[in-house]
Amino acid sequence: MIIVDSRNLNFREINEQIKLAAQKSKYINLINVNGQRYIGTGLSSSVNITIEGLPGNDLAAFLNGPRITVNGNGQDAIANTMNAGEVIIHGMAGDTAGYAMRGGSVYISGNAGYRVGIHMKEYKSSIPAIIIGNKAGDFLGEYMAGGIVAVLGLNLGKGDSIVGNYCGTGMHGGVIYVRGHVGNHQLGAEVVRKEMKENDYKKLEPLLRKFCSYFKNDYKDIVKGPFTKLVSVNKRPYGSLYAY
Amino acid sequence: MQIEGEVRIPSGCAISGIMNKKGKAVPGEYIIRSISLMHERSNGLGGGFAAYGIYPEYRDYYALHLFFDSIASKKDTEHFINRHFDVSDAGKIPTRKVPSIKNAPLIWRYFVKPKAARLDQSELDEEEYVVQCVMSVNKKIKGAYVFSSGKNMGTFKGVGYPEDIGDFYRLDEYRGYIWTAHGRFPTNTPGWWGGAHPFSLLDCSIVHNGELSSYQTNRRYLEELGYSCTLQTDTEVITYLLDLLLRKHRLPLDIACSIIAPPFFKDIERMGSNESALYKTLRIIYGKGLMNGPFSIIAAWNNGIMALNDRIKLRSLVAATKDDMLFIASEEAAIRTVCPQPEHIWAPRGSEPVIGRLETGETGFGTVDVKEDKAC
Amino acid sequence: MLSFLQPEFLIQRDKDRCNSCGLCVKQCSFEVHQHDKVKGTVLSDETKCICCHRCVTMCPTRALSVRKNTLAFRRNSNWTVKAVREIYKQAETGGILLSGMGNPEDYPIYWDRIVINASQVTNPPIDPLREPMELKTFLGRKPERVDIDANGNLQVKLPPQLELEAPILFSAMSFGSISFNACKALAMAAAQLGIYYNAGEGGLHKDLYNYSRNTIAQVASGRFGINIEYLNACSAVEIKMGQGAKPGIGGHLPGEKVNEEISKTRMIPVGSDALSPAPHHDIYSIEDLKQLIYLLRETTGYAKPIAVKVAAVNNISSIASGIVRAGADIIVIDGFRGGTGAAPTRIRDNVGIPIEMAVASVDTRLKNEGIRSQVSIIASGSMRNSADIIKAIALGADAVYIATGALIALGCHVCQKCYTGKCSWGIATQNPDLVKRLNPDIGSKRLINLITAWINEIKEFLGGMGINSIDSLRGNRDMLRGIGLNQKELDILGIKTAGE
Repeated sequence: MIIVDSRNLNFREINEQIKLAAQKSKYINLINVNGQRYIGTGLSSSVNITIEGLPGNDLAAFLNGPRITVNGNGQDAIANTMNAGEVIIHGMAGDTAGYAMRGGSVYISGNAGYRVGIHMKEYKSSIPAIIIGNKAGDFLGEYMAGGIVAVLGLNLGKGDSIVGNYCGTGMHGGVIYVRGHVGNHQLGAEVVRKEMKENDYKKLEPLLRKFCSYFKNDYKDIVKGPFTKLVSVNKRPYGSLYAY
Repeated sequence: MQIEGEVRIPSGCAISGIMNKKGKAVPGEYIIRSISLMHERSNGLGGGFAAYGIYPEYRDYYALHLFFDSIASKKDTEHFINRHFDVSDAGKIPTRKVPSIKNAPLIWRYFVKPKAARLDQSELDEEEYVVQCVMSVNKKIKGAYVFSSGKNMGTFKGVGYPEDIGDFYRLDEYRGYIWTAHGRFPTNTPGWWGGAHPFSLLDCSIVHNGELSSYQTNRRYLEELGYSCTLQTDTEVITYLLDLLLRKHRLPLDIACSIIAPPFFKDIERMGSNESALYKTLRIIYGKGLMNGPFSIIAAWNNGIMALNDRIKLRSLVAATKDDMLFIASEEAAIRTVCPQPEHIWAPRGSEPVIGRLETGETGFGTVDVKEDKAC
Repeated sequence: MLSFLQPEFLIQRDKDRCNSCGLCVKQCSFEVHQHDKVKGTVLSDETKCICCHRCVTMCPTRALSVRKNTLAFRRNSNWTVKAVREIYKQAETGGILLSGMGNPEDYPIYWDRIVINASQVTNPPIDPLREPMELKTFLGRKPERVDIDANGNLQVKLPPQLELEAPILFSAMSFGSISFNACKALAMAAAQLGIYYNAGEGGLHKDLYNYSRNTIAQVASGRFGINIEYLNACSAVEIKMGQGAKPGIGGHLPGEKVNEEISKTRMIPVGSDALSPAPHHDIYSIEDLKQLIYLLRETTGYAKPIAVKVAAVNNISSIASGIVRAGADIIVIDGFRGGTGAAPTRIRDNVGIPIEMAVASVDTRLKNEGIRSQVSIIASGSMRNSADIIKAIALGADAVYIATGALIALGCHVCQKCYTGKCSWGIATQNPDLVKRLNPDIGSKRLINLITAWINEIKEFLGGMGINSIDSLRGNRDMLRGIGLNQKELDILGIKTAGE
């Protein structure tokens, strides 16, 4: 394990230190992080990075393999255009986490902000996933073209809504699982509820098991649901919008 | 080159606010540390602060902060001030030399009360009298600009990175129970100190991040009601809009917020009939007050602070509390740097205001405990 | 529902010449021509004709021609035939009107109201065929000054630059909006000419990685096909914020065009719609643009210039200033006549401002703010010939992007039906039978011919002005004069009127 004290380092210096450390060890611990952007950008190795503190915007952008664990909250645009790997946030995440994410998975123990999972897409075996422990803001899964988003509502307060408004608006692929109730008024025009099938539980199981192992939750409890499954009405939401 | 007011300059930004709800004093270094963490969000072309509770010895006087381009404009302005106000104290605002801060104007402050006879004659209430005088100086005296006019508060701003501006104004030497700060990213060089933020009128100050796409609609609405928007900035429009809604129309703060960032009609339809009638009426009457496009703002007054996001939350905003403290910033890291372990930390939803009210006394000057020097 | 729309074009088939060979039936991707099996002749359903000239060009006996259908409407300067036809179409479909290519409407074309100077007597013209003439162009951020140490060594590290043999680049057209063969023709031509082409939003086909040194990667809001391998393979990265043909509007590649190859390159499933959002969802403000610029720098190791492309809109000069301050090395300004594979017709024809005004006002603003020399400007949005390019550079551009012009060289007939995917010339289509009509080798030869000809013409212009380096033309507005422009237009263009 290599420890990088990030207190007085800027993002370039942190990423240089990570690249150097990754040549020597599979485990890197960044301490005293507060607000530095772009941590782990485009990293391709199989290194494990643990962050103590609060990483800045664009954490794990273009990430291509490593596992990044944050012992604390994250800011905006976590896992921007991420390709592969894992991001684990012991806390809450800001807006647009998983924007245009194409692979890998993001686990968030607490809340997530607006537009999480926006424009996620899948390709063949590469299916991105975002698991949110508590609740998510408006526009969850906007434009979603593939992948899996799950919102678990594990710590909802009284009157809290598990997802915000315009959930799945413009969605044309992938699936959103919400462990709880979603009102009709919260749904985007392009999504419908579908019944949970065995295959859905199969898809969820490995993700939820990992979630439980990272955040010490009880899998059996979580998998009981009940889940609301949301999928797109069709693959071509705007097929009839234009005059050809 | 055209300066602010002659041309509209869109800007992006960083904002931060700190408040002690019990009115206890917080040293300026905390807000400087918070805003400077977001250095990346500004570009060195504007920085500024608003501080409340900094002039307890002059708490009954309006503190006018002024920029002067020249001795002549200072002379003209002082002549005007002496005619309209009793001046209790006046002097240069203390500054220190900072290498990156260049071309500073003359910066003075005056602690004043309206001359009783003139106030009577004007048939205006006291605050409106002060507002008229401020507008008069800004419009009519060339090279003079009043950039702060509240009681027991002051704004401090200029062209530079906010941390350098804070250093320049020696804000480490001030203590206040509310601080707000702004780091600016304008899309060109105003080169003019008056164009930096916060913008303030009486004790209301605004810092803002984003660009209003409804600017011209909002502005025309306010001009119709007698405001003159001289700076062409979003912040100026927001300040006047709040002044209209809160001071002139005497609306509660939460209602003012729901005029600026109203619920969607889709949501209004789902409300109970009274509530739905309220919001529908507000929309019908104050539709031109709806601020569209991305924004996050922090407004402060002597008795509290308010933060608000646009309806679909196109700008980031995080709030946190610890004990008596309330923190609001564009990025969570800007809070953590002064308060590593807050009790509550949350991202307000779009159009959901964060409101911090001063809990001590109706005047909002609070009891200043100088021994307390930890933000939290 | 009875359609009120009468055919826009009429096919004229010379019965004496037509030998009913049926080649036109095979060639027409819009299925206009049909065999009449009873009579053994060929018939035409003119309602489907879009006037692409494919059948006319390929007919071995020259039996075919296409004419405008002059069917009369009662004269009306307000309710024009076009206005009436568009209403019929919308009433019959309920759809937003779509178009391909750039704004065809009758707005002033300022290029055609600007004339170029030449030397007479007071300084000599240069003969470009025999004297040196430099068009070499560097695009990227330029430091303010150079430091030389006591030993004569350079102490400044030059930021990454694109080096071009001529100030012309092929503008962004994605694999998806155009065919693989069209992409390959552009890539081959760019490589041979020593210039660059932009791969557009949609990633880079693996067979085109050979040309990646001459490729600019585009990062647009959909982030299709974007990964670190792609970004690092290319020579520069362009962030697409907007496009002149559709400012403020996202993109939409219909699912039926997403075949196996496109699917691989864009990294999305076959048949899935590829929607590009109107905004980048990590950019809602100017400081967010800076965040993305530095993310891409960090990702590409500070080794590649980062360009930002915007549509020319009302506040373009402020926007450009903000882009420089956000750290971009190159600004691309796309005027309202810029091309597109598909845009809502109303947007295309009504939103945005002319590139001539935009490039002049941006150049002026950046100069006044003292930051013009730090950054490179690429102008785009309908450069029709070498004279347009000379004028754009004299107004302040460092280089120009061309796209429609390049496609015309490849065979495009500007029929404006790119969005149908049926391009009979094999350009804006993914249908393999149509794609193979465009031979990339021949296509690249045609492109090289075009650009070589333009380069020679540019040299002629420069020589005439007594200039032997394109550097000396940049922002040299003295070389231009306006004809028939009002004072305000002249002021914005920063040029005098002819005779002045």
